[in-house]
Amino acid sequence: MSTEPGQEFRVALDGVYLKRGDRQVLRGLTCGFPRGQISVVLGGSGCGKSTLMRLVGGLTRPDSGVVRVAGEDISRMSNRRLFSVRERIGMLFQGGALLDSMTVFDNVALPLREHSKLAEPDIRAEVSRRLVAVGLEQVGELYPRELSGGMNRRAALARAIVTDPEIVMVDEPFSGLDPINVRRIEALLVELNRRLGITLVVTSHHLASSLRMADRIVFMVDGRAISGTPEALLQSDDERVVAFLEAEKDQSTEDYAARTDAFPVAGGAA
Amino acid sequence: MRLPAVERIGFKSQLFVDHLGGLAVFTLSVLRCAFVPPFRFRRFVDEVFDAGVLSLSIVCLSGFAVGAVLGLQGYDTLVRFGAEANVGAMVGLSLVRELGPVLTALLVIGRAGSAAAAQIATMVTTEQLDGLRMMSIDPIDFVVGPKALALLVVMPLLAALFILFALFGGYLVSVMLLGLHGGTYFASLESAITFADDIVPSFSKALVFGALVGFIATYRGYTSEPTSTGVSAATTGTVVTASVCVLLFDYVITALWGI
Ligand SMILES: Nc1ncnc2c1ncn2[C@@H]1O[C@H](COP(=O)(O)OP(=O)(O)OP(=O)(O)O)[C@@H](O)[C@H]1O
Ligand SMILES: [Mg+2]
Repeated sequence: MSTEPGQEFRVALDGVYLKRGDRQVLRGLTCGFPRGQISVVLGGSGCGKSTLMRLVGGLTRPDSGVVRVAGEDISRMSNRRLFSVRERIGMLFQGGALLDSMTVFDNVALPLREHSKLAEPDIRAEVSRRLVAVGLEQVGELYPRELSGGMNRRAALARAIVTDPEIVMVDEPFSGLDPINVRRIEALLVELNRRLGITLVVTSHHLASSLRMADRIVFMVDGRAISGTPEALLQSDDERVVAFLEAEKDQSTEDYAARTDAFPVAGGAA
Repeated sequence: MRLPAVERIGFKSQLFVDHLGGLAVFTLSVLRCAFVPPFRFRRFVDEVFDAGVLSLSIVCLSGFAVGAVLGLQGYDTLVRFGAEANVGAMVGLSLVRELGPVLTALLVIGRAGSAAAAQIATMVTTEQLDGLRMMSIDPIDFVVGPKALALLVVMPLLAALFILFALFGGYLVSVMLLGLHGGTYFASLESAITFADDIVPSFSKALVFGALVGFIATYRGYTSEPTSTGVSAATTGTVVTASVCVLLFDYVITALWGI
């Protein structure tokens, strides 16, 4: 698997090294996310997926290497200029990062109130539409602390996409969601991408949904990335990829009976 | 890390200088947001309201108690010289020039200052400030500036309130309790306090303290480590640093300008 030539990357990292604390998290990470496609970043917990998101947002600067967003190198850009680049990016943080002093509705409305010239009634209509899309039409007037973890993240997703930015980065949109909401969010992301041509970068542990939606997969391991199409990933003979896929397969396809065999005491109650 | 004593002092003072430099840059960028659009007038008003409401009751209550004690002590002392008619002047002068601004500052530090630091530090920990950055909203503009400026603005108002309640406390004790003539109390108060020499300096002192508290509290919150120990360090650090700074500056201002 390698970078296909001639593809235009909307977001690209080139030879990025980054140390956090005493740990060398990234060691020459090189990967790209093509315009108008859905890229899924896979990798074990702690391999640096959230760090990758922060790099693309300019929240963390690389020790060395280049981070390019919409053709501009942001790794050494001034903070002032970064703010204008960020207007193209919508980001869902792993923890949601909603402002806890505002209601969910005001949180989602905030980017519009700040950056659009829409009148208040239009803003309210738009926000309501987004809340419906993530299945939260009932909770607009609640505060983030009154939401469950999964609701929180869906509200944060609504906030990340409310301005229809051309690049959307979502960190673990499926974690903590029930299967119905996984489908709903997956459909929403795919629809955004197909309808508006948004460049979408999703990190996930969730292999099944990743394979369903991804045009491209970036597999992070040892501070580097292996990228390619989902088919290429499935056929890869790289032992680290194979190990990851095998472990995932064990988790999702093993049937329940097999587990109750393995844990007769725990399964006995069922 | 174990270092020899001299090196440790050097290391500490370097950290201190780093902090001073950081605080200076930070203060400039906060002040900048007060003069450069977008203006967050709504958020500023909200923060003034929050800081004021947090501190209102303790400021009034403490002011009243301090005034009452001053009345009691003042009367007790002055009556020995047959000068109890000057209780009003004594209570008024010590309050307006010194105790009003300083004690109010210490109360506001403990209540609104620590709250501001803790709130901003929590927003750092939960990536709320990064979330704002990703929406192209400068957190200095949106969160820090309004809080710092609100603390700056409420300090003189709360100090005035403190002084009013204290004068009332002094009045209650010396007139109602100790039998001084009410007219005497106010006459002595009125003749001792002048607008230009006492009230304006008192107001300026409170404004300086407000700036100190506002910038120290928000700086500690803004630069805190993104952990729960970071939040608690920011909070206690604010209380300690701001209190010491207020007392030091009080001395410096008094020594330099004689207020
Ligand atoms: N503030 C920090 N200080 C020191 N090390 C950090 C810090 N934040 C993250 N790290 C380290 O960086 C590595 C990558 O973290 P990151 O959050 O990017 O992982 P991740 O792939 O998103 O994991 P997960 O799937 O669990 O979310 C981790 O191994 C972690 O130990
Ligand atoms: Mg992560």
